[in-house]
Amino acid sequence: MTLPASAPTPAAGAGRSLLDVQNLSMRFGGLLAVDNVTFEVRRGQIFAIIGPNGAGKTTVFNCVGGFYRPTTGAVTLDGQPIQHLPSHRIARLGLVRTFQNVRLFKTMTVVENLLISQHAQLEARLLPGLFKTPKYRRAETAALERAAFWLEKVGLLAVANREAGNLAYGQQRRLEIARCMITHPKLLMLDEPAAGLNPQETRDLDRLINELRAEHGVSVLLIEHDMSLVMGISDEILVVEYGRPIATGDPAAIRANPKVIKAYLGEE
Amino acid sequence: MSGFSFLEFVQQIINGLTLGSIYALIAIGYTMVYGIIGMINFAHGEIYMIGAYVGLMAITGLSLFGVDSIAAILLVTLAISILVTGSYGWTVERLAYRPLRNSPRLVPLISAIGVSIFLQNYVQIGQGARDVSMQPVLTGGWRFGPADGFQVYLSYMQVLIAVVTVAFMAGLTLFISRSRLGRACRACSQDRTMANLLGIDTDRVIALTFVLGAALAAVAGVLVGMYYGLVNPFIGFIAGLKAFTAAVLGGIGSIPGAMLGGVVLGLAESFASAYLQTEYKDVVAFALLILVLLMRPTGLLGRPDVEKV
Repeated sequence: MTLPASAPTPAAGAGRSLLDVQNLSMRFGGLLAVDNVTFEVRRGQIFAIIGPNGAGKTTVFNCVGGFYRPTTGAVTLDGQPIQHLPSHRIARLGLVRTFQNVRLFKTMTVVENLLISQHAQLEARLLPGLFKTPKYRRAETAALERAAFWLEKVGLLAVANREAGNLAYGQQRRLEIARCMITHPKLLMLDEPAAGLNPQETRDLDRLINELRAEHGVSVLLIEHDMSLVMGISDEILVVEYGRPIATGDPAAIRANPKVIKAYLGEE
Repeated sequence: MSGFSFLEFVQQIINGLTLGSIYALIAIGYTMVYGIIGMINFAHGEIYMIGAYVGLMAITGLSLFGVDSIAAILLVTLAISILVTGSYGWTVERLAYRPLRNSPRLVPLISAIGVSIFLQNYVQIGQGARDVSMQPVLTGGWRFGPADGFQVYLSYMQVLIAVVTVAFMAGLTLFISRSRLGRACRACSQDRTMANLLGIDTDRVIALTFVLGAALAAVAGVLVGMYYGLVNPFIGFIAGLKAFTAAVLGGIGSIPGAMLGGVVLGLAESFASAYLQTEYKDVVAFALLILVLLMRPTGLLGRPDVEKV
């Protein structure tokens, strides 16, 4: 599955490329947070962005996900330009994300969190809801079944009716991933999914991400500091420093790249 | 103080609960809007006033058509007032608040004050500034107590207010806790950005919140109109202020809090009028607010502000 470093394959890539980011830059006043970043995530790929703190990784995420409007550059999801779309439209096109800090609906139950993310797919008109028409009930049952499937998958079925805010941190992280996956995304973006996890939980996460790709065909774009996770899981890695891309390649190439060692790994 | 009997105490409870029901219905509108967009809708009192006017017109119209069943009058009037007032709520949000959604917090607040002044004057122009009265729809009640002493009076209207209020609150509670849209409302009040990212049309949820708040204010308006038989374009100001107080007292953003805050405020006013002097009722109401906020800044049932990132 490993691909050559940033192989420019315009002819073959047309069908295989899922997310295409071209010359992306983001300027905040005098600060050029992201400087001319180009990368491509292919279908079924696990792609990682790494770099020291403040390198601009999350800013790249925010530009891709529609949180920020990039100063320059183009972002294409599945052939469709998305850099001008609002984030909820991008989400509906199949690009969903988690955040560095867990953003669950903390006072709602675990299962409600999963129902909420299906809201866009469920009909939510006022009157069918008030009168609970058979159609409404059927859709609600189906939504609950999907929620149960994903809770089982991430090992949270036993705590389905607890308030999400009361879960252990690792469980909250897994719930966030389930909440994304239940919408059948094409691309799952994870912003530091292993942050705050213990080694065992990190290994579970590694397995979960691989399972998601194998069983549900999702591509993954992640930002991560945990090198054991990144090196083990990624097909391709982009290294950024001070907003600029300094290397792209598979884990072995990145590990051996002197620029990367100097900028990043050398400082560990 | 010694001259007050148990029966008089009961009477104050009845009066307080009646008043408190009205405050609670209006307070829910404040608290729901605050819960979702963090804004105090200062025009909400005027929405309630419009609800009362629409109710009065509906009742007058129905009696012109010769409808005399109390149940029919009540149901049709409530339906009409909820529909019309709900559309006012929707329109106000659409025209005066939505365009300012991403402005600094003070801006929609000023806009709300403007809407409030506008609506008050708009009703004055249309309906005149004087009291408009109507014939009572529901009269009579029960008396309890000794024939020669103080008698507790419980009017049918007071019972009706309590029943209608409880019914609408139960309906709202069910809607919020059980329905899909209610779930979306709760999600938006916790993290609007995230809800939006998950594909929820937050503008629609916000509009719904305004419509629901306006509908409950309409119910309050109709009930007050029927209870006192009087409306004027200025009733929205003080009622809005009191209901806002009730919402803050209960914990702004919390729906059960608004209900509790309304009842507590109603009881406090009622007891103050009876045991001190009528003029002191507002003093007691607002003193109570200050006391509660000193001891529990988040209100009776409010949660501390969740950190937003």
